[in-house]
Amino acid sequence: MHEVSLCENMLEILKAHAEAESFTRVKRVSVAIGPLSCVEPEALRFGFDVVMKGSIADGAALEIEQTQAEALCLTCMETVLIGSRLDPCPACGGTELHMTGGDGLKIRELEVM
Amino acid sequence: MCTVCGCGPAHDQGHYHGNSTQKGVDLHFGHGTAGGHVPGVSQSRLLQLEADILGKNKSYAEKNRALLAQLGVFALNLLSSPGSGKTALLVETLKRLHGKETLAVIEGDQQTANDADRIRETGVAAIQINTGKGCHLDAHMVGHALESLPLQDGGLLFIENVGNLVCPAGFDLGEAHKVVILSVTEGEDKPLKYPDMFAAADLMILNKIDLLPHLDFDVAAAIENARRVNRKIQVLEVSARTGEGLDGWFTWLDQARTRQMALNSGHSQTELAAE
Repeated sequence: MHEVSLCENMLEILKAHAEAESFTRVKRVSVAIGPLSCVEPEALRFGFDVVMKGSIADGAALEIEQTQAEALCLTCMETVLIGSRLDPCPACGGTELHMTGGDGLKIRELEVM
Repeated sequence: MCTVCGCGPAHDQGHYHGNSTQKGVDLHFGHGTAGGHVPGVSQSRLLQLEADILGKNKSYAEKNRALLAQLGVFALNLLSSPGSGKTALLVETLKRLHGKETLAVIEGDQQTANDADRIRETGVAAIQINTGKGCHLDAHMVGHALESLPLQDGGLLFIENVGNLVCPAGFDLGEAHKVVILSVTEGEDKPLKYPDMFAAADLMILNKIDLLPHLDFDVAAAIENARRVNRKIQVLEVSARTGEGLDGWFTWLDQARTRQMALNSGHSQTELAAE
């Protein structure tokens, strides 16, 4: 359950911003998860509710945007979007892909009061 | 006091560094839903940021990497599911290198110091990190362990991660390479079931090959599956128990270390040239 420790990192980021941006409540947190990020959205949701309890983000909504991974196809040399490491190239069907992005886990937006 | 992060000595509870400024954060103001601020009136507003949730671990990992480079220590992160023979392989490795190299081990487990005790029996310095409920080692824990180990120039550091093919893949510890160990008593489709781990590793060690005559394990299929998720992954077939294939492992260690040291000195020369 490393999603719990990721939620603790999120809370830390929220607290740092609360101080810098002078807000006391977080109503909504939007995050973007890359498919190669080793994060399970449902586990993240579960960890989020547990970790945020009693904090400035108690009861906050968690919005999860699942992004696609970017890869360079070594067969057709196109940069393509894929959903998992095992996907073939959507352009030519090639199986030799070099991943260039998609392991990110970021907070994109906060709705605060 | 901790020299890594400035936190106090009490690490029996998870501690977090609220004073850390996150790397890669962009702030954009003026996106309030009401478009302006009215004194005394509470309104919700939107803050847009690009805050990397793993940023904290990454920054600790880079500190560890810099420290290891400065010390001239070559570090490996050993990963596998529980029971693959990670500790057995490590013990055999240490026995062979003991007396010739400066060695140190960081052991990660949820509970017990059993593995660190097994390592210490070989005469090598080991520190046990118990992660409690945690499922992986993170770079912050390893940074603290580094303070307690007798690391010397030219030494080798083995970090045996928590037995888990999922979470440790996502946490850089500052190592030179991740090495994943798959035993032939597991399925040959493990690389497909846990692709993140095999994608993150530079070397896959197929362990327990002495048992192959008794099993239906398809070595070629296991290697093909690993290469499907990571076409660059190197593969070694060994038995920690009989010693078969271990020469290849020691050759890999030597070559990888030489490459890493050349890379480190290349970096420091570039830095010197830039000064």
